[in-house]
Amino acid sequence: MTTQTITRADVCVAAVSDAFKGSGEVLAHAVGIVPAIGVRLAKATHTPELALSDGEAFMMAEAPPLLKTAAAGGTPEAWVPFRSIFDIVASGRRHSMMGASQIDRYGNQNISSIGDWRQPKRQLIGVRGAPGNTVNHRVDYWVAKHSARIFVDRVDVASGVGNDRAAGTAGRFHDLGVIVTNLAVFGYDDSGLVKVVSIHPGVTPEELQDATGFPIDATDAPLTREPTADELEIIEAEDPKGLRHREVPET
Amino acid sequence: MNKTPLDKTLPLAEVASKLESGMTIGIGGWGSRRKPMALVKEILRSDITDLTVVAFGGPDVGLLARAGKIRKLVYGFVSLDSIPLDPNFTRARERGEIPETNEYDEGMFVAGLRAGANRLSFQPIRAGLGSDVMAMNPDLKTVKSPYDDEEYVAVPGLRLDVSLIHLNRADAAGNGQYLGPDPYFDDLFAMAADTTIMSVEQIVSTDDLTAKAPPQTLLVPRIFVNHVVEAPGGAHFTSCDPDYGRDEELQKAYVAAAKSESDSDWTEFEERYL
Repeated sequence: MTTQTITRADVCVAAVSDAFKGSGEVLAHAVGIVPAIGVRLAKATHTPELALSDGEAFMMAEAPPLLKTAAAGGTPEAWVPFRSIFDIVASGRRHSMMGASQIDRYGNQNISSIGDWRQPKRQLIGVRGAPGNTVNHRVDYWVAKHSARIFVDRVDVASGVGNDRAAGTAGRFHDLGVIVTNLAVFGYDDSGLVKVVSIHPGVTPEELQDATGFPIDATDAPLTREPTADELEIIEAEDPKGLRHREVPET
Repeated sequence: MNKTPLDKTLPLAEVASKLESGMTIGIGGWGSRRKPMALVKEILRSDITDLTVVAFGGPDVGLLARAGKIRKLVYGFVSLDSIPLDPNFTRARERGEIPETNEYDEGMFVAGLRAGANRLSFQPIRAGLGSDVMAMNPDLKTVKSPYDDEEYVAVPGLRLDVSLIHLNRADAAGNGQYLGPDPYFDDLFAMAADTTIMSVEQIVSTDDLTAKAPPQTLLVPRIFVNHVVEAPGGAHFTSCDPDYGRDEELQKAYVAAAKSESDSDWTEFEERYL
């Protein structure tokens, strides 16, 4: 048997999988290639009860090929058109890993626009479902290109609700989990501030700090675990074309 | 038995005669999926302007924004799906060419439509609390629960003068049928509007609607539809599954022309597309 090289993308996929450990029988919502593989790995290993979506209108007992919809294969197990997604969000039976154009030290996330929203410097996609997701169920974030432009002191538009804003009814089901990036895994401390949980093998604490627009402390951070041989086999089977390496290239 | 059918068919060329400047217009579909593009083109060819547009936005919003026809936009996102951003929309926003916007969470948008459809002044929802949606929409108010200590966002009902939707099939009486995987919110748009104009790939007899498809595909009942327009390819270049998928080539050309520094590239595309 040949030894398989473990890439940074593989480490990220395993970290995503770990984020879904213990989520239970909920709809896994994963934005991005690495998150899409990560939830498949989670379902194939420690959390078989996870429900996966085809990204369109179906929950899939057996997922279609990566980035494809039910039309390309797999086995649908439920019909969940957009209209029912908002009801599932409100029910709480969902766990999202969303992207972010900006994230601040309290985990506020922005996908709406950069600059003053009245006449933005850069208009992005809009808040989408981020406000509703973050006040209804567990939300993690995935950042493929960790930089100080994304990890900012303050977001321009709080689309996803951060820990400092989650009071009253907004805080009732608010549950920010982890932020997985191409450099590290973050969580939140008792005061709701972003903290380093682990740093990926090959990344230095200085490099991580330089790429983060607010102070973090990674000096004593453990290394993010590497996927096992079994996990690598699953990852390879789910992503035979290696799309994950395009999202997270080796540095 | 009276078999005389209600005939609500309307020629595409007469659509603009049903619309006026200043109206609030809901547009069905989602992103770059099953958008009533043939109907939107009729607006683009007319001098109708000053519109309030309510949509899960795609190229419909991009085209109307580029043409300067939107006074106010109510949206949860604007996207072309396979291409995340619509450059006509982002450009209009960055240049301040859309005078007023209500950017909502998607769930809030649906709550607003439901309230509009139900003739309610608002619908409560948890989404929006704690986020900058409240700051971006200073008229939004919260409502205290009469039962406990909870407080929710009161999304104002979205009542529409006209809704434009595109489905796969309909009969002449206005019973609309979708045959793809997702109904989107076209039935809600129809219910929230005083007048609904529905274009379809094909008008067939009522019998034919359920000859090959189950009755559950009959999404929009005729009691919510005023006009039926037969417009084959009427969603193009957006998708209209299973009749056709998104025309990715044309969508790319749309994006390239919209992004171009040279206005003549855009004019050329517009002439080709319209």
